[in-house]
Amino acid sequence: MNNTATKELLYKMADDLLIIGHRNSEWTGLGPILEEDISFSSMAQDKIGQSQALFHLLHELGEQEPDTVAFARGAAQFHNCQLVELPNGEYDFSLMRHFLFDHADQLRFELLANSSYEPLAKVARKVKGELKYHVFHANTWVVKLGSANEESHTRMQAALNQAWNYALGIFEPSAYEEDLINTGVFEGEQALFDRWLTNITPQLLKAGLSIPPQDTWEPVYGGRVGKHTAHLEPLVEEMSEVFKIDPSAEW
Amino acid sequence: MNEQEIWQALENVMDPEIPTISMVDMGIITGVKTNDSFTKAFVEMTPTFSGCPAIKQMEQMVQEKLLEIGFEEVEVRTTFNKPWNSNLITEKGRQHLKKHGLAPPPKHHGEITQELLENIECPFCGSKNVDLKTPFGPTLCRSLHYCNNCLQAFEQFKPVV
Repeated sequence: MNNTATKELLYKMADDLLIIGHRNSEWTGLGPILEEDISFSSMAQDKIGQSQALFHLLHELGEQEPDTVAFARGAAQFHNCQLVELPNGEYDFSLMRHFLFDHADQLRFELLANSSYEPLAKVARKVKGELKYHVFHANTWVVKLGSANEESHTRMQAALNQAWNYALGIFEPSAYEEDLINTGVFEGEQALFDRWLTNITPQLLKAGLSIPPQDTWEPVYGGRVGKHTAHLEPLVEEMSEVFKIDPSAEW
Repeated sequence: MNEQEIWQALENVMDPEIPTISMVDMGIITGVKTNDSFTKAFVEMTPTFSGCPAIKQMEQMVQEKLLEIGFEEVEVRTTFNKPWNSNLITEKGRQHLKKHGLAPPPKHHGEITQELLENIECPFCGSKNVDLKTPFGPTLCRSLHYCNNCLQAFEQFKPVV
């Protein structure tokens, strides 16, 4: 196993979860109905717990303590895709992002359940079962709102158009794709993308929503190498506020 | 002090979020052993959900209980070596969940489907005429349901593979 390649994989996965977890938590107290408030809050808790499990693996590979890694880095040191750092926007956008991201993430963990890197495979076998619920939730709402009435349909289609190129950025290939594939650690971003497209297409059809035409696809890359939108820095600042005031605080 | 005694002691350590069920019946204690001189206990446990906020508290409770019954030293580790799944809840544990007003998770065969989540009995009246309201409840491990027969809302301990 190439440790550098594995670490890069772990970092981008952990950062995706930490950042989307934080964004989900921003719905706490603001959800459009109580059940949705609870859903996004629960998913936030799941995702931050899952990121912690990955930060632990990184720690075992020689990186710093999970809290330090999570809270002491600047925005440019994060490896999350740009999709997860975008502001929540309205509920339609949050739901659509949740749908596009969670389908990819659940598949990623399903693939990793067979990873040759056993510590990651163990975490993945656990996490994939938890993410199943996130995907259920996303499917239910995307199908419902995609086909409910004209306004909801228009909003969901607009959200899909807006999120699409960012979603393609989830699959930004790393410099270590071949290493990961050859050593059996991970099947690679292209394999993941193919499966993702296969899984989301029937759901979007059911919702009456159309994937933007392929000749307009322009994947937003950069997140995996630390290039981010202006939205990430204030998020990281807010997330690490308590840690920076008192790194030893417990609550 | 032997392993049997550790298991017995842990049967009296309750889940902090559902105090009618022990951590052993919940299926989250995945291994116990002692050192050769029986002075130190090792316990391995695993969370129901990786984001479970009660895990630190549970480690602490296990530690305290085993010190209380006479071990000089206790080491508790939380790992994913044997990941939890809801079929690991014991029969006794399932009865205790019901007592707490929680529907036990339906037994799964390696796959969670929407149907599985919906096909449960009301813990109050036993009716199967129930609706799933949302798969996310007051804690990560519970979903919210409504019984059309006895007209009560109830929670289910979610099935997890």
